[in-house]
Amino acid sequence: MVKLKLALYWAATCGGCDVAVLDTNEKILDIVNIADIVFWPIAMDFKRHHVEAMEDKSIDVCLFNGAVRNSELEDMAKLLRAKSKTMVAFGSCACFGGIPSLANLTNRSEIFERAYVEAPSNVNPERVFPKTKTAVSEGELELPEFYDTVLALGQVVPVEYFVPGCPPPVDLILKVVDALATNQLPPPGATIAAEKTLCDECPRKKEEKRITKIYRPHEIIPDPERCLLEQGIICMGPATRGGCGARCIEANMPCRGCFGPPAGVYDQGAKMLSALASIYDVKDEKEIARMVEEIIDPAGTFYRFGMSTSLLQRKRM
Amino acid sequence: MEEFEPKIIAFLCNWCSYAGADLAGTSRIQYAPNVRVIRVMCSGRVDPTFVIKALRAGADGVLIGGCHFGDCHYIEGNYKTARRVALLKKLLGQLGIEEERVWLEWISAAEGSHFAQVINDITAKVKELGPFARQNNS
Ligand code: SF4
Ligand code: SF4
Ligand code: SF4
Ligand code: FES
Repeated sequence: MVKLKLALYWAATCGGCDVAVLDTNEKILDIVNIADIVFWPIAMDFKRHHVEAMEDKSIDVCLFNGAVRNSELEDMAKLLRAKSKTMVAFGSCACFGGIPSLANLTNRSEIFERAYVEAPSNVNPERVFPKTKTAVSEGELELPEFYDTVLALGQVVPVEYFVPGCPPPVDLILKVVDALATNQLPPPGATIAAEKTLCDECPRKKEEKRITKIYRPHEIIPDPERCLLEQGIICMGPATRGGCGARCIEANMPCRGCFGPPAGVYDQGAKMLSALASIYDVKDEKEIARMVEEIIDPAGTFYRFGMSTSLLQRKRM
Repeated sequence: MEEFEPKIIAFLCNWCSYAGADLAGTSRIQYAPNVRVIRVMCSGRVDPTFVIKALRAGADGVLIGGCHFGDCHYIEGNYKTARRVALLKKLLGQLGIEEERVWLEWISAAEGSHFAQVINDITAKVKELGPFARQNNS
């Protein structure tokens, strides 16, 4: 069998997605059996110019993790797209913007102000900020342009497959590898996970119970058998795609929503808001106001992994 | 420059608010022409996604009209709506969207003039706020 040519790249990422590939342990040998890795910055010493020298479409599959937050990452996404037959958005950051896309609740100048002036470890009375071009005696230095808006991979280049998860679970990664090896990938555009919600595959008992108070996970010891949402803990299950094996739920922790919205749901946050307001059973205005107060950070909670691909995408500028 | 004419999307429940709008019409009450009505069976059918989608698709303001408390044809639909809209306003606020762009009003089938008043009020308020222009990077 001719080996596949595989590239892996990290953009705006925490590195966890690359580590998840390494977490396949001895199975990584299966990957190496079916594929030659031609580019993988975390593990191998290939540089960008090596990729530039490759022929267009000469990489079979590119697993791209991380969001796109500056011009360098956008260039890399476009370069790898041109060189790859199949582009896979790997992990929640690439699929939906992920945790980095929470930065869409602010903007570049606020972020710079915080990072280069306000942060307690800074001494920056001249207010020096990174610039795309800086003249020095040796010539001109360049930095990538930092964007106001963090983007998901699919908002920059066409993507064939989406593998969600922060990071994607090992068995899902192996499923992808297996599909690649046996040439049994689903039709392009597919998300490699379940179609339905996490609640659908969650083993917990649902009793259609209403709630009248929200608890943060550290405030109560939840019953390990019963639905967390019905115990007042915000669990994103009703608005989140299944396919992770309910791994947080198994650890008695609520789902944070890292698999993104299920098939047919346009906006994960709006869906969750709807579910939560439905199950919260209060009627008079004062109590409704209390409910609103208890849900401390709706945008950050309901769009934790997906501001970029949410319908409104970012805070208004 | 021409005066800004806001686009208002109104989701009205079939049993009360839509009938109220109908009454405003048959009674020939004049009101601002900025509203586009979408009839739903109950205000509880208005998924917050609809509101966000309306804004995204070019609406400058959104009205949700339902039956007064105690009058919902499906008993509890409007309470659910009240909770959703309250929480939605907090969420939209975090996204820099003024809360006066989204209105929830209880309008009965007998309240044709109240309907007209609400439409005039929301139109005036949203006019004051200006267009809901939204730039996207994608
Ligand atoms: S999806 Fe999660 S694990 Fe992967 S890069 Fe983003 S933050 Fe890290
Ligand atoms: S809300 Fe959470 S705990 Fe409840 S069924 Fe859904 S996934 Fe399971
Ligand atoms: S339970 Fe939710 S947050 Fe946890 S891995 Fe699954 S989808 Fe992600
Ligand atoms: S039927 Fe009018 S609000 Fe439910």
